[in-house]
This record gives sequence, structure tokens and C-alpha cells, in this order.
Amino acid sequence: MPEAPLPRFAAPPPARFALSEAAAAWLLSAPAMLSLFLLLLGPSLALIALSFTDWELGAGGLTWIGLGNYAELLEDRTFLAALRNTLLYVALVMPSSIGLGLLIALLVEGGKRLRATFRAIYFLPVVSLLVAMATAWQYLLHPTIGPVNRLLALFGVAPINWLGSSDWVLLSLCAIGLWENLGYVVVLFMAGLTAIPSELYAAAEMDGARSPWARFRLVTWPLLGPTTLFVVTITAIRCLRVFDTVAALTDGGPNNASEVLLHVMYKEGFTYFRIGYSAAITAVFLAVVLALMLIQTRILDRRIHYA
Amino acid sequence: MRPGRDPGLLADLPRLAVLGLGAVIILAPYLWMLSASLKPGSEIFSDSLSLLPQRLYAWENFSKAFREVPLLRFLLNGVLVCAVILFFQLLFAVPCAYALAKLRFRGRETIFALVLAGLLIPAHVPALPIYAGLAATGLLDSYTALVAPFVISVFGIFMFRQAFRSLPEELIHAARIDGMGEMSIVWRVVLPNAWPTATAFATFSIVAHWNDLFWPLVVVQHEALATPALGVLFFRAEEAGNDVGALMAASVVVTAPMVAFFLAAQRRFIQGVATAGLKG
Repeated sequence: MPEAPLPRFAAPPPARFALSEAAAAWLLSAPAMLSLFLLLLGPSLALIALSFTDWELGAGGLTWIGLGNYAELLEDRTFLAALRNTLLYVALVMPSSIGLGLLIALLVEGGKRLRATFRAIYFLPVVSLLVAMATAWQYLLHPTIGPVNRLLALFGVAPINWLGSSDWVLLSLCAIGLWENLGYVVVLFMAGLTAIPSELYAAAEMDGARSPWARFRLVTWPLLGPTTLFVVTITAIRCLRVFDTVAALTDGGPNNASEVLLHVMYKEGFTYFRIGYSAAITAVFLAVVLALMLIQTRILDRRIHYA
Repeated sequence: MRPGRDPGLLADLPRLAVLGLGAVIILAPYLWMLSASLKPGSEIFSDSLSLLPQRLYAWENFSKAFREVPLLRFLLNGVLVCAVILFFQLLFAVPCAYALAKLRFRGRETIFALVLAGLLIPAHVPALPIYAGLAATGLLDSYTALVAPFVISVFGIFMFRQAFRSLPEELIHAARIDGMGEMSIVWRVVLPNAWPTATAFATFSIVAHWNDLFWPLVVVQHEALATPALGVLFFRAEEAGNDVGALMAASVVVTAPMVAFFLAAQRRFIQGVATAGLKG
């Protein structure tokens, strides 16, 4: 077939095609770019700008008040409780789901039996409708008819008002958060574990790493480093976004004991319509998320640097 | 600690026991939810820990759940909203991802930088200005409002770009020589060759929007427009919200479709949600 163009002749495209290639590229990207500006980048910039105003929906006027909203946040007890609770939630749910998740991933990968079954069971909460499952948890944790308290009563524990007392409510939400996030961590670690070549374990064993713990310390943990860093970041961000369980079960109560950032942002913005003030809360939320990602890339850079 | 080694069943028992205990805890809310949906109120309030009902009350609980709120309507809304969102996400993201991956043009780096910037922004950030915009145009409380903020998925652009980059150039050259335009190359050559990425993205998108509570709660007032997640809150606000059996029946109904879907296509699901996380 002499007419068939050979690859080496096809390499540099003629100028006219290059022009139409650029035109085609812009046409193909235009819908995405337009909606990206209209629905994500534009509104996000608008949000930052709004956080410096006193705008309230339906109140007409809008005044630039500089850092006024941020100053008010520092005095707002509900917001401060929400910030504290959110960070506490992250500090409790993230390490526990990572620790337990790694343990479960190691156990599941440690043998062949029922591997797919266990993986599916642990992953189930990740794909389940969280509001509905929160309702199921509410029944489980009900102070009088809930199976958890009934089970505890068998061991002589007095009934606990899991979701109704300010001492327990955040811990209960954390437990639901752990239940919800665990499977996600397990699956990510399982993917990281299968990527470790098994020859390394054999080599470590020949070098005298006889106990499973020694092999874990010498091979698994260092090679799992990048996965772990990624899991830490993604879990932290998932935890920061806690909203559904609070909206469905506690509404931030009792006495702000379970108030969290996105829920205060929701209440201020979409029920009291204080757009400017709510925008400032959102900006704080965004700042925390960006800080986390920045820390992750910094650590990644340093790792590569020393490697 | 060493994958691949296969000990005898007896030696494997401790591992299975620990994992089994964990699995029971994970499954507990599903089991009690299902159990309570089959029981009459008197048994739920009685002092027993038994999972099996003494008197089957499923019909009463489930029919009450369907009577109190339009549960089927919620499910259909969920399907409709997820389908339309996915349709637009693919329509917008796939051509852009192809341009970024395979075409040379000025501005490509800028566009990609904007996509990466978009990846850093959680969906809650643009919510207030979009809400204000929808309110100003009278579009609140509509299907448009439920779908609009999500028609663009920067994550989709990113994920498809990575997949398209590894496709051989010859494939596209051959299509051009056959006289295909760039648009039909995108949909008839490039996308079919990145099918695993497409299904992974689809499961990720569907799970995310089926489960989303925040945005439907923000824009929807009328029960008729509620998605399953919001529907649960509507149900709880009704008088029947205090009827534990009916409430659990409603929860079973809205949870079941996604769980069934997951159990039917487990590997695709886990792959989708996990790779989505890995790359996002």
C-alpha cells in the first residue's frame, strides 16, 4: 500500500492544520471553561469578596465592611464551638480510622480467604445513603429503646443519652464518622499493599526480619509512606466536611456541643440569609482545606528531595 | 504480613475472627434497621434484643412509609438528578480532557492550571453565590437548581485527561485520515478506548450525588423535588417520623438501591471511588 502515510512523514503537521487544531481545541474546551468560570471559579472569588460585606439576602443594600465579619467570628461563641468541634472531630476520626483501617487492610491482605467479602462489607458504609444510615444509628443509640444501651445494660452499664447529652454527642458523631470512613481507608491501604513487591518481604526475611512486626517495620510501613500521606489528607478533608449526621441527628445541639463549621455556615447563610457572614465562615473552611493540601505537598516534596 | 501465603484454616482462624467481629460492627446498623422495619412498635419498645420479629409487621411499616411521603418519587428524583448531572459532566469534561491530552494549542497550560485550581475548591465554597444567583433568577426549588452547580466536574476533566494521554497517537491519526472530525473522534474513538475510566468516573459521580444532602437541602423547599437524602429529612419531619418501624422501613427503601447496585458491581464501584480519591 504505497499511499498509506508512514508515521515518519506524518510528524510535523502543516501550518493550516495547526491553526485548525488550536481552533478545535478551544471549541472543545469552551463549554467546560465557560461552566468552570460560571459555576466554580467565579462564584468562589465572589464568595471571598462577599465575606468582606454585610450583605443579607432580601435586605437590599450591601456595604463593604472590611474584616468586620471576621472580627465578629472571633466573638461568636457558636462559631468558635463549631471550629473547635470540627477540629476535634478531625483529630479523633482521622487517626482512629487510619489506624484501624491499616490494621484491617493488613489482615484482609494477610490471607486469601473471604478477601473480597470483607472488602465489600467494610466498604458498604461508603456507598450507603448517610442520612438514612444516620437514622438507623439514631435508633441504635436511642437512650431507652436503642439496642446499644440494652446491650450495655447486660453488663450493668446505666443508660447513656448518646445523642442528647453534651458530654457524649460529639463522641457519638465521631463513632458514626469512623464507621462511615473506615472502609474508604481500608480500600486505599489495600491498593497500596498490593503494590508492594513480595520479593521485598522474602529479602527482608533472609536479612533476619523473622517476625511479622519486623517485616512490617522494615518493608510495609516505609513503602506505604506515600499512600499513608495521601490517606491522611483525604480523610482529613472528608472529616472537615462533616455535615449530614449533624443536620439529620442533632442540629448542632445540645448547647452547640455538636455544632460544626459547615452546619453553622448553612444556618447563617441559608436559614438566616446572612450571606456576608456565612461567606466569612466558608472562607475559613476553605483556608483550612487549602492549608491541609499545602502541608501534604510540602511533605511530598521533602520526601522526594531526600530520596 | 506477607500477601500470597495461604495458611491452613486453623492457623487462619484468629485473622478471620478479628475481621468477622469488625464486620459484625459494620453491619450492625443495617441489621437493626432491617429488623426494626419488620417489627410492630410494641416489639421495638419491648425489652428484647432479638433481631427476628415475633410478629411480622413488614407490610404495615412499609405501606405506612410509602403512604406518608412519596418515597418512589424521591427515588425517581434521585435517578433523574444523578443521570442529568452525569450526562452534562461527560458532555463538558470529555472534549476538554481530550483537547488537554492530545491537542497542541496556545493556552493549554493555562486551562490545565485552572482545572488544577478548581480541584482544590470544595463544592461548598461556591454554594452561597450560586444560591444568590438562582434566587435572583427565580430558579430556586427546581430541577435546574439541583443540577446546575454540578454540570462541570474538574475532577472529571483531570481523570479523563490522565486516561486519554496514554492512548496511542496512531489511533487518532488513523481516525483523522479516515476523515473524522475532532468531535466524532472524541466520542467515537477516544472515549470508547477509555471505558474503564468512564465507568469509574460514573460510579464516583453517581455515589457522590445520590448521597449529597447539603445542596438539595439548600435549594429545595417542595417535597415533590426531594432527592432520597433530603426525602429522609422530610419523612422525619412528618408525624410518622416518630414511628420507628415506619422510619426504618423508609430508610431501608432509600438505602437499598445503592447497596444493591454496589453488591452487583462491587469491583467497579471500589475501583471508581478509590481511584477517584487517589487522583483527586
